Amino acid sequence: MDPRFDVELVGVSKRYGGAVAVDNISLRIPKASYCCLLGPSGCGKTSTLRMIAGHESISDGDVLINGANVTGLPPIKRGTAMMFQSYALFPHLSCIENVAFSLKMRGMAKAERLKKAREFLALVHMETFADRLPAQLSGGQQQRVALARALVSQPKVLLLDEPLSALDPFLRIRVREELKRLQRDLGISFIHVTHSQDEAMALADMMVVMQDGRIRQSGSPREVFGNPATSFVARFIGGHNVLQGAAGPVAVRADRCRLDAAGSGLPAQIAAVEYQGSIVRVALTTDAGEDASVLMPDSVYDADPVQAGARTHLVWAAEDERQLAA
Amino acid sequence: MAREREPRPYTFYLLAGLMGLFLLFLYGPMLVIYVLSFQGPNGGVTFPMVGVSTQWFANIIKPGQVANIPASFERSIVLAIVVSLLTVVISVAAGLGFRRRFPGAGLLFYIAIASLVMPSLLVGFGIGLGFQMLGLPQGLYTSTLGAQLTWTLPFGLLTMFAVVARFNRSYEEAARDLGASAWQRLRYITIPLLLPGIIGVAVGAFTLSYDEYARTTLTIGSYNTLPLELYALVSSDSTPTLFAIGTVTTAVSFVLIGLTMFAVIRMQRRRRMLPT
Repeated sequence: MDPRFDVELVGVSKRYGGAVAVDNISLRIPKASYCCLLGPSGCGKTSTLRMIAGHESISDGDVLINGANVTGLPPIKRGTAMMFQSYALFPHLSCIENVAFSLKMRGMAKAERLKKAREFLALVHMETFADRLPAQLSGGQQQRVALARALVSQPKVLLLDEPLSALDPFLRIRVREELKRLQRDLGISFIHVTHSQDEAMALADMMVVMQDGRIRQSGSPREVFGNPATSFVARFIGGHNVLQGAAGPVAVRADRCRLDAAGSGLPAQIAAVEYQGSIVRVALTTDAGEDASVLMPDSVYDADPVQAGARTHLVWAAEDERQLAA
Repeated sequence: MAREREPRPYTFYLLAGLMGLFLLFLYGPMLVIYVLSFQGPNGGVTFPMVGVSTQWFANIIKPGQVANIPASFERSIVLAIVVSLLTVVISVAAGLGFRRRFPGAGLLFYIAIASLVMPSLLVGFGIGLGFQMLGLPQGLYTSTLGAQLTWTLPFGLLTMFAVVARFNRSYEEAARDLGASAWQRLRYITIPLLLPGIIGVAVGAFTLSYDEYARTTLTIGSYNTLPLELYALVSSDSTPTLFAIGTVTTAVSFVLIGLTMFAVIRMQRRRRMLPT
């Protein structure tokens, strides 16, 4: 039987004493997909990842990997491997010893395990650093060694806990491209925990937005961005104006909004104008006291520039308006 | 860049002088002993030096009438090694065990530490008395060993707690993720990473045992450790031999400390902890 899902969560909860960290979540991650768990700190995304990994006991529910129920199994028996937030490379072992560690624990002969470890170091272009200690590597290099160490056991699912948070912004973008390429080449699922919506949008086949221990919305980044389900999701993924409509809150993409000084829209005052290179962001305060913004190409802005403090109207097309669940 | 220095207030010189006197007080007597241990053959236990010789050092290894220094030295060293090993095993196990909070952890901790503040003589007296009442023979590896452990264990525990508190648990978690069993985690990850601290505990326990007097004197059997032998010598001997012994034992301590520091520094250079 070939299961259709790499990972399935069925009614999974995590409680610490009385506090609920993860509240009865269910999720199916299709085969060979890049899944991002996205949310603010304390939303339960890391607890969820650690329950999939087997580093956190599951209070309620089941975790299935490749169709097999792994609830209660130790990490090594699950076919998962985890890359830790600070990488947790063993400081007293060289890169190659770090990568070969899981093979050594399995009792593989030395020559064989070093050969295999070298192959995986080559996969992340770190073969020339094989004999270095982790402390002698840069953050980006450590990250790649950690990746090789996690992949050497040939997991079905790779779990990444904020893998890019320790890198500087330029490196972050390069490394995320590499992660995506690696996931495609290996044909396994990656589950990546992050609080950055940019990262999730750029990487994910499936984006799972969490808040207060629950899944608020999941789907492709396009689906989530195009149709945010709640005002929390719309605000958290950014780029949306959340405004009070006739039948509850509505979301409108900021780049689909326009300014019209004379026209008939939502009356507002311009709070600030931010030049951001290729686009200009105009921040507004509506007369109802809501914050909103309009994103426009600099050419559009330059055709009709506005000043902070000026009166205007916020205008959008009816088909761009999305009704939100409260 | 040269910066105009403000004139120092007179209190600076006053306190510097006080510090100087303190250092003299601290190290002066020891220096005197080291110098006098090289006293000439006809010299006495006080200045002036009457020539220079190493004959008092030679005297140490001659089995004397009063004291047998080489034998007691050997007993002290072997006992200190045993005490040190036991202290390491128990403190490391306790340090790792106490990471998990369990009911009564606080109470157990204070009970274990309490013997640090108990008067040593009372502890020794109590152990000696207990052995007598139970009719057990007192000896180096029964009553003395126990008495010394009451002194080295609290020290070892406190040190290991501090070392373990700084230990990043994600290393063990990563090892678990990579399929290491509990025993493999301990052997390949935890112990190697804690090794500098473990060596510290071993050396600390060794030196505490090596010069322990108060507890030992009340629990010793028929054979003396070095400090007891020396104490007997102080009251009966009046030659610079005593000083020579002092110089040798100090040298032993310094060599031990030097070797440890060398080993730990080398290890830490190799195993520099990653920023987390």
